Amino acid sequence: MIPDLVTKMPELVPELGHIALIIALAFSICLSVIPLVGVYCSEQSTLKRLIGYAKPLTFGMFIFTSISLVILAYSFVIDDFSIKYIASHSNTHLPYYFKVSAVWGGHEGSLLLWVFALTAWTAAVASFSNGIEEEFIARVLAVMGMIAIGFIAFTLLTSNPFERLWPNVPMEGRDLNPLLQDVGLIIHPPLLYLGYVGFAVAFAFAVAALMAGKMDAAWARWSRPWTVGAWMFLTLGIALGSWWAYYELGWGGWWFWDPVENASFMPWLIGTALIHSLAVTEKRGTFRNWTILLAIFAFGLSLLGTFLVRSGVITSVHSFAADPSRGIFILMLLAIAMGGSLTLYAFRANTVASFSRFAFYSRETALLLCNVILVVATVTVLLGTLYPLLVDAMGYGKISVGPPYFNAVFVPIMSILFIIMGIGPLIRWKKAKQGELRKKLIKPSVLSIAFGLLFPVIYGGEFNALVSMGMILAMWVFLVVIKEMVNQYKLTSKITISHLGMTIAHAGIAITIVGVTLVSVYESETNIKMALNEKVIISGYEIEFSGIKYVEGPNYSAEQGQINVYKDGDFVALLKPERRAYRVQTMGMTEAGIDPGLFRDVYVALGDPLPDGAWAVRVHYKPFVRWIWLGAIFMCLGGIFSMLDKRYRSKKTSKVSSAAVADSQENTGSNLTTHPAKVSEA
Amino acid sequence: MDKLIRFLPLILVVALGVVLYRGLSLNPQDMPSALVGKAMPSFSLASLNDSKKTVTQADLIGDIVLVNVWATWCPTCKYEHPYLVDIAKDPQVKLYGLNYKDERDAAQKWLRFYEDPYVFSIFDEEGTLGLDLGVYGAPETFVIDHHGIIRKRFAGAIDTKVWQREFEPLIAQLTKEKKQGK
Repeated sequence: MIPDLVTKMPELVPELGHIALIIALAFSICLSVIPLVGVYCSEQSTLKRLIGYAKPLTFGMFIFTSISLVILAYSFVIDDFSIKYIASHSNTHLPYYFKVSAVWGGHEGSLLLWVFALTAWTAAVASFSNGIEEEFIARVLAVMGMIAIGFIAFTLLTSNPFERLWPNVPMEGRDLNPLLQDVGLIIHPPLLYLGYVGFAVAFAFAVAALMAGKMDAAWARWSRPWTVGAWMFLTLGIALGSWWAYYELGWGGWWFWDPVENASFMPWLIGTALIHSLAVTEKRGTFRNWTILLAIFAFGLSLLGTFLVRSGVITSVHSFAADPSRGIFILMLLAIAMGGSLTLYAFRANTVASFSRFAFYSRETALLLCNVILVVATVTVLLGTLYPLLVDAMGYGKISVGPPYFNAVFVPIMSILFIIMGIGPLIRWKKAKQGELRKKLIKPSVLSIAFGLLFPVIYGGEFNALVSMGMILAMWVFLVVIKEMVNQYKLTSKITISHLGMTIAHAGIAITIVGVTLVSVYESETNIKMALNEKVIISGYEIEFSGIKYVEGPNYSAEQGQINVYKDGDFVALLKPERRAYRVQTMGMTEAGIDPGLFRDVYVALGDPLPDGAWAVRVHYKPFVRWIWLGAIFMCLGGIFSMLDKRYRSKKTSKVSSAAVADSQENTGSNLTTHPAKVSEA
Repeated sequence: MDKLIRFLPLILVVALGVVLYRGLSLNPQDMPSALVGKAMPSFSLASLNDSKKTVTQADLIGDIVLVNVWATWCPTCKYEHPYLVDIAKDPQVKLYGLNYKDERDAAQKWLRFYEDPYVFSIFDEEGTLGLDLGVYGAPETFVIDHHGIIRKRFAGAIDTKVWQREFEPLIAQLTKEKKQGK
C-alpha cells in the first residue's frame, strides 16, 4: 500500500517521515512508562511481564526514527524543495554526497540526527545486554526512553525538519553553506553526536542504579564498555573537527577555544574522568558516588553544549540561527534531566562509606587526584565559556574571554595531570611501599628529563623551556605505560587486551602532547605578496608561485594558485590553494593547499589578487601538527582494545555484587599490576 | 550534615540554570568593544533588497554612519524601529542595517511593512560579519566615523532618551571633527 502511495503521490513522502517521527515519539512514551510499571510491581503480579516490553519498544522507537531520517535524506537527494529545511540547505547542483550530508547541515536536521543517534544507542543497549539482569536493563531503557521523549518532542514542536513551503515551492534551493561542503563535515557531526549521546547511556545506567539502589561493581562493569564507546566517538569527533578547522577555515589553526569546541571538550574531560572512575568502582568498589556524579555530569555537559549552540546565548562560528524559544526548551530538558537525577542522587546515594579502604600511596589516590584535576580543568573551561554570560547576568557589563585565558589556565593544570598520570599505572592498588615506588620511578624520570632537555637543542638548535617541558611530560607518560606493560609481562608472561588498550590510549596522549608542543613553538607563518615566478623561503622550504588557473566546480568557480614547493633544490610538491566563489550563496571561500607529512605540513592559502598579476599568499610551516590527530586515533584504538576485553562479553554471568568478588577477579589479571604480594593482602 | 552535602550538586546546577535562564532573556547594555577605535572589519555580503548586489565596507566610508544590527526574530528590534525611522531623517548621519542571521523573505516583508529606514541593509545570513564585529545579539548599533573607524558600540534598543544620552553628543563631536577636516 505504501509503495503504491509513493509512486502515485510523491509529494506525500515527507509527510510519511513526519508521521514516522510522531510514531517514534509514541514508542518513546510507552518505553518510559510500561517497563517501569513492571519493575515496580510485586513479583506475583501479572504486570511483571511488562518488563519484557522494554526491548521491543526500544526497537520500535529506533526503527521509526530511522525511517524518518532516511526519508529526509531521500527528500534531499530528489531535491524536494517543498520542504523548507531542504530549500534552505540544498541545491540541485550540489553533489549527491553533500546532499546527504546536508541532512545535518542545519539545526532541524542535525537535531533529527541527534535523536537518531540516541535511539541507535538505545537499540544497541537492548541488543547487547544479555549478560545483564533483565530488570536492570528495563530501567536503563526506560530512562533512555525519557530522554528520547524530550528530544523527539523538541524536534517536532520547535524544529520540525519536515515543515513545508506550500503553495510557493521554490524552483531552486539556497544551497548548503560552502564551509560545510567538505568530507570532514560529512562525518564530523555524526561522530560527535554519537559521542554526546553515548553519554546518555552512561547517564541512564547511573540513574537506573540510583533507582534500584545498587551502585555496585557489577553496575560499573556493565556500563564501562558503553562509556568507553561514547568517549571514543567523542574523541574522534573532536579530532575530526579540529582537523577540519585546520584545513578548511584557512587560518591554519587547530583549536580556537570557541564556545562550541569547548562544549564538546567539557564532556570529553568529564568522560575521561568517568572511564577511570568506573574502573576503580569495578575493581575496588570505591568512588561509587563520585562515579555516579561524573556519569550524570558527563551527560549534563553534553546537553549544556547543545543548549549553548542552539539557543543563541553565545555567538560562535558554529551558531545555528538564534531562537530563544528553542533555548528555553533545551534549558527545560536540562533542568528536568539534571534536576531529576541529582535529586534522586541526593536521596539515594550510598550512605554506607565504601568498605574498601586505601592508603595515601596507592593507585586509588593517583586516580582520584587525576579525576579531581580533570574536573577542575572542566570547571575552568566552563567558566571561560560562560564567563561573559555570568558577568552579564550579574549586571557588570561585558567582558570577553579568549584563548589567552584558556592557555594560561589550562596548560599548567594539564601539566600537573600528566605528571600524576605517569605515576598512576606504576603504583599499586590499596597500598604501595614507598621505597618500591621510588625505585620504579627513577629510571623513567631521569630518561624523560634528559630527553626533554636535549630535544630542543638537537631539533631547534637552541634551548627552549616550553619545548623541554612538553617533551619531558610526553616522554614521561609514554615511558611509564611501556615500563608498566613490560613489568606485567615479566610477571605473568601475558598481557590482557584491555591492558594493551590502556597502554595504547596513554601513548596516544603522549603523541598528542608532542604535536601540540612542537607545533605551538616551532610553527612559522608569513603573509607575502608574490609576483609570478617569485620565490620565498620559509623554514628551509622554497615556495614558488607559478600562476593561477581558473577551475569550475559543480556549484562554484575557483581561482587556483599553482605553487611549487622545493627543499634543497629538490621538488617536493605542487600545492593548489583555491579561492572559491559559490554561485548560489554568493560566498567566497578559501581552500588551503597542504603538503602533509608526519613531521611537518607545508600549508599555503591564497589571499587577494593584487595589481600586476601578483597575489597575496599566506604560507605556514607546521611541524608535527599531524601528531595531534594521530594521538587521538591511538586513544580510540586503545578504547577499542579495552572494549574487546572478554569480561564484557561473558553471557549470563553470575551476579557480581560485592567488591570482594571484583578483587578476586582482578587477581586473575586484568589491566592492573598484579603482584604476588597482593593475593595475600586480598 | 552528611545528607545535606548530597544536595550540593543539585544546588550548584540550579544556580547555573538560573544564570543560563537570565542569559536567554538578558539584554546586555552598552558593551565596551575591543573594536572601538579600530577600522570596520572588511566584508563582502549581499544587499538585503537586491541579492545580486554585493556591498563591502567601502560602501560605508565617508559619512558619519550608524550600523544597526537587526533581525525579524528579535522583538526588541520592533520596539526600536519607529525611532530608527526618525533617526533616518537626520541629515547628519547615514543609517545602515545589518540584517543578522535572518531570512531574506521575512526581512524584506518587514521593511515593506514597517517602512525602511536604512540606506541599505547588509544581509548577513550566516552571521559572519556579526562574528567579526563581536555582535552579541540584536539589536546593537555601531557608530562609525567618516574615516571608517568604529567609535561606539551600543547594545540594546534605541529610543528618544537613549538617543539623546548616548548618541547625540558623539554625533555632534564627530560632525565637528569632520568639518575641521580631521
